[in-house]
Amino acid sequence: MTIEMKIDGPETVNRTDDMAQGVLGRDSARPDGLAKATGRATYAAEAHPEGMLHGVLRRAPGIGAVRCPNLEAVRAMPGVRAVLRDARMVRNAAQGMADEAPVQGVDEAAYVGQPIALVVAETFEQARHAAQRLEVAIERTDLPIDPDAVEPEVPEAKQSSQGDLDAAMRNAALTIDADYTTSSMNSAAMEPHAAVAEWDGTTLTLRGALQMLRFNRNELADSVGLSAEHVRILAPYVGGGFGSKLGISADCVAAALAAMELGQPVRVVQHRRNVFEVNTRRSETRQRIRLAADADGRLIGLGHEALVSNLPEETFAEPVVQASHFAYPGAARTLGIRIARIHRPAAGSVRAPGEAVGVTASEVAMDELAYAAGVDPVELRLRNIPEEDPERGVPFSSHRLKAALLDGAERFGWSGRPMAPRQRREGEWWIGTGMAAAFRVNMVVEAQARIRLHGAGAVVETDMTDIGTGSYAIFQQVAAELLGLPLAQTEVRLGDTALPPGSGSGGSVGAASTGTAVWLAAMELRRQIAARLGCDEAELTLKDGTATAGNTRQDLADILSGAELTGTGHVKPGDAAEKVRQATYGAHFAEVAVNDVTGEVRMRRMQGTFSAGRILNRRTARSQCHGGMIWGIGMALTETMTHDRRDGHVVNRDLAEYHVPVNADVPPLDVHLLEERDPWAGPMQAKGIGELGICGAAGAILNAIHHACGARLRDFPATPDRVLAALE
Amino acid sequence: MRPFDYQRPDDRDAAHAAARDGATFIAGGTNLVDLMKLEIMAPDRLVDVSRLGLDGIGDADGGLRIGATVTNSDLAADPRVRRTYPVLSRALLAGASGQLRNKATTAGNFLQRTRCPYFYDTDAACNKRAPGTGCAALGGEMRNHAILGGSQHCVALHPSDMAVAMRALDAEVEVEAADGTSRALALDDLYRLPGDTPHIETSLAPGDLITSVRLPVPLGERQVYRKVRDRASYAFALVSVAAVVRMEGGRIAEAALAFGGLGTRPWRDAEVDALLAGEAPGEALFDKAGEVLLRDAEPPEGTEFKLPLARRVLKAVLTEATR
Repeated sequence: MTIEMKIDGPETVNRTDDMAQGVLGRDSARPDGLAKATGRATYAAEAHPEGMLHGVLRRAPGIGAVRCPNLEAVRAMPGVRAVLRDARMVRNAAQGMADEAPVQGVDEAAYVGQPIALVVAETFEQARHAAQRLEVAIERTDLPIDPDAVEPEVPEAKQSSQGDLDAAMRNAALTIDADYTTSSMNSAAMEPHAAVAEWDGTTLTLRGALQMLRFNRNELADSVGLSAEHVRILAPYVGGGFGSKLGISADCVAAALAAMELGQPVRVVQHRRNVFEVNTRRSETRQRIRLAADADGRLIGLGHEALVSNLPEETFAEPVVQASHFAYPGAARTLGIRIARIHRPAAGSVRAPGEAVGVTASEVAMDELAYAAGVDPVELRLRNIPEEDPERGVPFSSHRLKAALLDGAERFGWSGRPMAPRQRREGEWWIGTGMAAAFRVNMVVEAQARIRLHGAGAVVETDMTDIGTGSYAIFQQVAAELLGLPLAQTEVRLGDTALPPGSGSGGSVGAASTGTAVWLAAMELRRQIAARLGCDEAELTLKDGTATAGNTRQDLADILSGAELTGTGHVKPGDAAEKVRQATYGAHFAEVAVNDVTGEVRMRRMQGTFSAGRILNRRTARSQCHGGMIWGIGMALTETMTHDRRDGHVVNRDLAEYHVPVNADVPPLDVHLLEERDPWAGPMQAKGIGELGICGAAGAILNAIHHACGARLRDFPATPDRVLAALE
Repeated sequence: MRPFDYQRPDDRDAAHAAARDGATFIAGGTNLVDLMKLEIMAPDRLVDVSRLGLDGIGDADGGLRIGATVTNSDLAADPRVRRTYPVLSRALLAGASGQLRNKATTAGNFLQRTRCPYFYDTDAACNKRAPGTGCAALGGEMRNHAILGGSQHCVALHPSDMAVAMRALDAEVEVEAADGTSRALALDDLYRLPGDTPHIETSLAPGDLITSVRLPVPLGERQVYRKVRDRASYAFALVSVAAVVRMEGGRIAEAALAFGGLGTRPWRDAEVDALLAGEAPGEALFDKAGEVLLRDAEPPEGTEFKLPLARRVLKAVLTEATR
C-alpha cells in the first residue's frame, strides 16, 4: 500500500514528535561510514566486470568543425578496439532534472574541451596513449567567449520590477550602488565522473557517478536511443557531486555507446582535466546592487541585476537574485538576470545555485550600507527583516533569521566590536571580523520510497543517492524512529533505478523530499501494524522492536509472524509554495587576518548558526554546514577558473592550480543548529540544509577583510594580488 | 602513457650502462610520472636511481654533502640541516605536500619542470614542450609567470622552493658523467636562461647523473625563508625570498639572497648581495635592494603585481634577517 501526500498546507498534527524510539535528530554515525573509511564501498570506477574495456575521451582543442585525420591509424594501434565518433555522444553534462538528452554531437565543438571521440582499448594505458595520438583538426569559428563582449539575452521571465527604484535611489538618505564580480568556479568533487556500462543485448546497466538517478535514467535512455525500461543505473556510492553530477555526463553516454557497439563492458573515467571542462561549471557573475535606505538604514529600495553566461541551447541561467526576492524589504525593487551566450564550457547548478554567489555579493553590499549608515552590521540586518514576502505579500512559512543573527553574534562574541576598520594589529597582520546573513530557498520535489518490514527488521529502498551528504544515515533514522527499531535493524538500500524513484540529490531537496517519502512509507507500515492489532495508528507506540497499544505489548516479530509487510510513500509538491514563502536562514561570522606586507588573507575562526526546520541528524547536518562554510573560504579567497581570453578554455584545470581550500586554510569552524519546526515542510517539518552553509559565507569573510584592513573588495576571490592592490 | 622500458640498477656503473643509449633517470617520480601520463615527456627508457645508495647525508669540508635521492622530508628533518641551514629546512617544508615530500628527492626537486599551464596543455603551443611551436602563455592568461630572465620564447617559472634556498646557500651539485668522470656545478652554471632554447633547461648532458649536493659552511647564521602563496599550503610561490645574512657590529657583513616566483630559474642577483654588504640595515637600503633586483624586470601582462609584492617581501625579509 502507498500513502500519497501533496504538500498543500501546514501540518497541524506533529506526529513525528510523538514517536518513541528517540533516534531521529540525534548525532548519529553514518551506517556507510565504515565501508567508506575502509575502502569496501565501491564507487563507479571500481566495478570490474569480466572482459571490461577502457575508454578515454579525446577533447576538442578549439571551437569549430572537427576532423580527425588519423582516425584509421589510431584504430590500428595496439590494443585499440574502437574509436567512437558517435553523433549521440553528448556535448556536456545534462542540466539537473533535464530528463532528456543534453545537446549531442561530435562534429562541431562548441567549446574547447568538448569530447569529440572515445578511444576504447584493452588496457587503460593503451586507450590513453591512443587518445593522445588522435589528431584533432579544428576549422576554427570565431565565436564569442567573453561575457562582457556580447549583447546579452534579457529573458522577460527573469526580470521583475516593483515601484520606482530610480526615484527611491534619488530620494533615499543613504544609497549603495556598486558592481561585484564572482569567478567561474568548479565543483571539484573528489571522485571524478566515471561510468562502467554493460549491455546484454536488451538491457543497459550503468554504474555511474550521478546525483539524480530517475532523471539520469531517462537522460541516458534518450541519449543512446533506448526506452527507459531497458536502462538501469546503479550509483550506491558517489564521491561528491555539488551539482556537477546532476545530469547524465559525457563519460556515461560514451561508455554506454561503446558497450553497445562492442558487446563488452566499457569503463570511462574522466581525467581530472576533463572534469573541469565537460561538466557544468558555476557561471562567473557581474552583479550590480543598488540599495536605497532611510537614515537609519531601513531599506526602501533594492536593485539586484546580474550578468551570467552559458553556452547556446543551455536552459540554465545562474539564478543570482533568487534570495533577493525575499531576503530584505523595500517597496521599490528591480531584479533581473541577463545571459551572455558565449562559448566557455557549459554552466549549470553548483552547490546553492543563485544564493552562493548572489547572497555573497548582496551581503557585502549590506555591509557597505551598514558603514554608510553607521549602524552595526547585525543591527542593520535586524532592522531589515521583512514581515512577509516583500514581493508577493504572502507570509513566511517560518523565519528564524533574527534568532540566527542573535545566536551567532552571542556565540562569536560580536558585541563590543569596534565599528571602524584597522583597529587591531598583530605584527604584520591586520585582524578583523565580519558577518553576513544566510538565505536559501527551500523546495520539495516528488519522491517515492518503500520499506519492507520483516521479523528481523526493516529495509528502506529508493533510487535516491548519497553523495556524501548522509542519506543512508537519515533514512535509517526516519524509518527506525517511526517503526520503533534500533538503527542496526534498519537497513537502507540506495542508488539503483530498480528501486522506487526518489528525489535525487540536488537543490537541498533530498532529506526533506525522499525523507518524507520514507516517513510516509513507515507511516503506512504503522497503519498495517495497527490494523493487525485492531487499534488506531495513533494509539500505537513502537519502540525497540515492540508494539504497545492500550495495555498490551507484543514483539513486532510476533505480530508479523513470518509475514513481510511493505509500505510505500509518495510525496509531491503541492501549492504550499504559492501560499507561503519558504526558506532557510542563518548567520555567518568570520575573523580574518590580512597581511599588510603580502596581501595574504588567513582565516582565524568562523561561526555559523543555521535554521532549517527539524534537524534529522545533527552530525551529518553539521558536516553539510562545515562543507558549505569551507567552500565559502574558497569563494572568498582562492577559487577561480581562469578562461583563456582567446578561446575561453579553462587554463587551470587540475587541483594543483584550481585552488580549493586545503586543511591549512580552514580555521576552527563552529556550527550551531537552531531548533525549528516548519509546519509547511511536510510531516517531518524538516527543510534542506545541504546548501545553506555556503550562502553568504564568503560575504562574511569579505566583510571581515574590510574590517581588518579597510580594503573593500568587490571582485572575488580576494587573492593576494587583489588585496595588495587595495592596500597599496 | 607511451610504453617504456624500466630498469632499476643497484650501482652507478650499471646505471650509466643502462643509460648509455639514452634514458631518463627517475627517482621519486612525483613530477616525471605526471608528465609521462600526459605524454609531455615520453622517455623510451627509465633508469631508476633510487637504489644507488645516494640517500645519505654526511659532513664534507665543514659543510654538508646531501645524496641525490635523499627525500625532501628526510632532508627537511635532518638535525644538521635544521641547525645550520634552517633556510633550507623551511623552504622544503613550504613546498608541495607531506605526501609529495615523502617521495620527492633532492636531485629531482632541482630538475622538476615548470608548472606553466600551457606547458601542461598538450593542445597548446609551447616552446619548452615542443620547440618551435611558439608560446601560448604570451598573450594568454598569465599570473604565476616569470618577470625576470624570460624571453619572447618562454616566461615559465622555475617552481622549486628548495632550489631557492640552495641558491642562497651557494650549493653545488656534483655530477657524474656517463664516462664516470665527476664535476661540480654551481647552480648558476646548472640552470640556463630560456633564451631561444627554453626546452634546454640545464647544462647537464645526456647521461649526466647528479649524485649529490654540496653545501658549504653557510655565510651567516641569520637565515629566513618567506613564501607568499594563494593558499596556506600546497601552492606554488607567487614570490619567495631566501636570505642568509651575517651581521657584524650592527652592519650587514655579507648577504646572500635568492628568489622564487620571479625568475625562469631560481633567482640570485650578485648586485643585490653586493649592495647590501657592509651597509647598515635600514628602509632606504632595502628599498634600493628591491630596485636593483627588479631593474630589468619585464612583467608579462597579469604578473605586474609581483613587482610591489617582491619589493615588500624583500624588505620584510631583510628587516627580519638584520633585526
